Amino acid sequence: MNADKETLRRIAHLARLDFDEKEEGKMLDSLNKILTWVEKLNEIDTSQVEPLTHMTDEVNVLRDDEVKEPLPHDRGLLNAPDKDQDYFRVPKVLE
Amino acid sequence: MPSHEIRSAYEAVIGLEVHCQLQTRSKVFASDAVVFGSQPNTNISVITLGHPGTLPKLNRTAVEYAIRMGLACSCEISRYNIFDRKNYFYPDLPKGYQLTQDKTPICRKGSVTVRLKDGSHRDVIMNRIHLEEDAGKSIHLAGEPDTLVDYNRAGTALIEIVTEPVIRTSEEAAAYLTEIRKLVRYLDICDGNMEEGSMRCDANISIMPKGSKVLGTKVEVKNMNSIRNVQRAIDHEIDRQLNETEKGNAIFSETRTFDAGNGQTYSMRIKETMNDYRYFPEPDLAPLVVSEEWLESIRAAMPSLPQELHRRFVNDYGLPDYDAGVLTDSRETADYFEEVCRHTKNYKAASNWVMTAVKSVLNERNLHINDFPVGARELAGLISLVDSGKVNHTIASQKIFPLMIQHGKSAAAIAEENNLLLQSDGGILQTLINEVLLSNPEKVKEFKKGKKALLGMFMGEVMKRSGGKADPKLTTELLGKTLKEI
Repeated sequence: MNADKETLRRIAHLARLDFDEKEEGKMLDSLNKILTWVEKLNEIDTSQVEPLTHMTDEVNVLRDDEVKEPLPHDRGLLNAPDKDQDYFRVPKVLE
Repeated sequence: MPSHEIRSAYEAVIGLEVHCQLQTRSKVFASDAVVFGSQPNTNISVITLGHPGTLPKLNRTAVEYAIRMGLACSCEISRYNIFDRKNYFYPDLPKGYQLTQDKTPICRKGSVTVRLKDGSHRDVIMNRIHLEEDAGKSIHLAGEPDTLVDYNRAGTALIEIVTEPVIRTSEEAAAYLTEIRKLVRYLDICDGNMEEGSMRCDANISIMPKGSKVLGTKVEVKNMNSIRNVQRAIDHEIDRQLNETEKGNAIFSETRTFDAGNGQTYSMRIKETMNDYRYFPEPDLAPLVVSEEWLESIRAAMPSLPQELHRRFVNDYGLPDYDAGVLTDSRETADYFEEVCRHTKNYKAASNWVMTAVKSVLNERNLHINDFPVGARELAGLISLVDSGKVNHTIASQKIFPLMIQHGKSAAAIAEENNLLLQSDGGILQTLINEVLLSNPEKVKEFKKGKKALLGMFMGEVMKRSGGKADPKLTTELLGKTLKEI
């Protein structure tokens, strides 16, 4: 399978990755190498195999509906790149 | 306004997505509290904020609430569930993905029966109900260069209830939402408050030529904070699409927002390939398996549903359809009514009292029925008092009932203390009758000549003199006898 530049740009946009046109060729090349490598899996017939979603057989890891001590407000805001007394601040988002 | 021609040539197709915040104490994957109106960013945890290396853990109660709703809507319950990541970037979504159920919604199919104004019923077929987490809240203040984010709401348990595109009119949509809100309140899993956003509705609306099998391009309308506004938004959007079609313009797949101020919808963004959520299974949450035993225990703990109560009120209590509808409007009203019926056999009288006198006091004083000062047993006592003929209905509703609300005493005690019992002493009634007849000799003459309608007037006079308390049956009897003997 070969991805084209448009696919590359779409994936880059979805992942919020930014690179210039010079790098595009390199990225596309790299992406196609990965795709080719993963394509190897197509050699196996998996039509009778359930998708593997989890690495253990554990099920129903549940908690009771109990409230525990929250993260203190100032600790929660500690690592925010921008904040005020109350809120996380982010560049203006308008719909 | 679209022309009559196009209106009759096209029909609308509507599908609704309803989000309900579950009333769990803690969040769906973390133990921080779910509280409305706290200080910003105080109900948070490292899980809610999406810090690296943290592990979500599913809230058992949230699962049970979702299943309750599924059972109430006759859904199939998925026995094997996984969660999926829905990936998109938005500041109110700390992890960069929302935990939801894509491939294995916990409830599938099902339906909700709605009652329309013309008395007809319709089954709204559902596609699914799935569990997911709510996002935080972005606050855009005028004059503020940044967007402010509060993560208190992030991670609150939600169910999303999705219908098939089977709704045809805004009235059906409103009836469906009313029913969903009633159900979540009966089940005690969500407060159903659309103004505060604990219940939210998005509508997918399209039009197609009547009888067509191919659906038109759908438009999603958001931001409607009441059932009434959902109805208005749908009406406006159908008209807008008809107008565009009439002008020969294509309908674009887009998201529109509803402005309650002028009742119009406005384009928010064109839907495009950018909405590629790249769902994949959440490896950090173990699969959820719903065993037969667990399902049975949830089923066993289900409260009576409005439709069951409705049926019971009609079949067992012999109430008209209308009464059953009003009484089952809320679970608390239905409970109160049933409690009254435990103490009286006059079910229709109980229904009348609850629907009219009780409801109007609740409305006037803005009270909840749970805080209504007259207990069910006391109300039943008042009904018995009327049924036994000791007081008449007018006195019961205008004098005794208001005093019961004030003092909380029994109807019999109030009637006695305030001298409100019907006068059934034949001697006293006879005196009153004699007085009335003696002071109206002309009328008595007319009556004797055959003007029988005057009986009502005599009756009224006796009533007046007795202060409205003359036993009507005995008075009629005595009056008739006296007139005959004159």
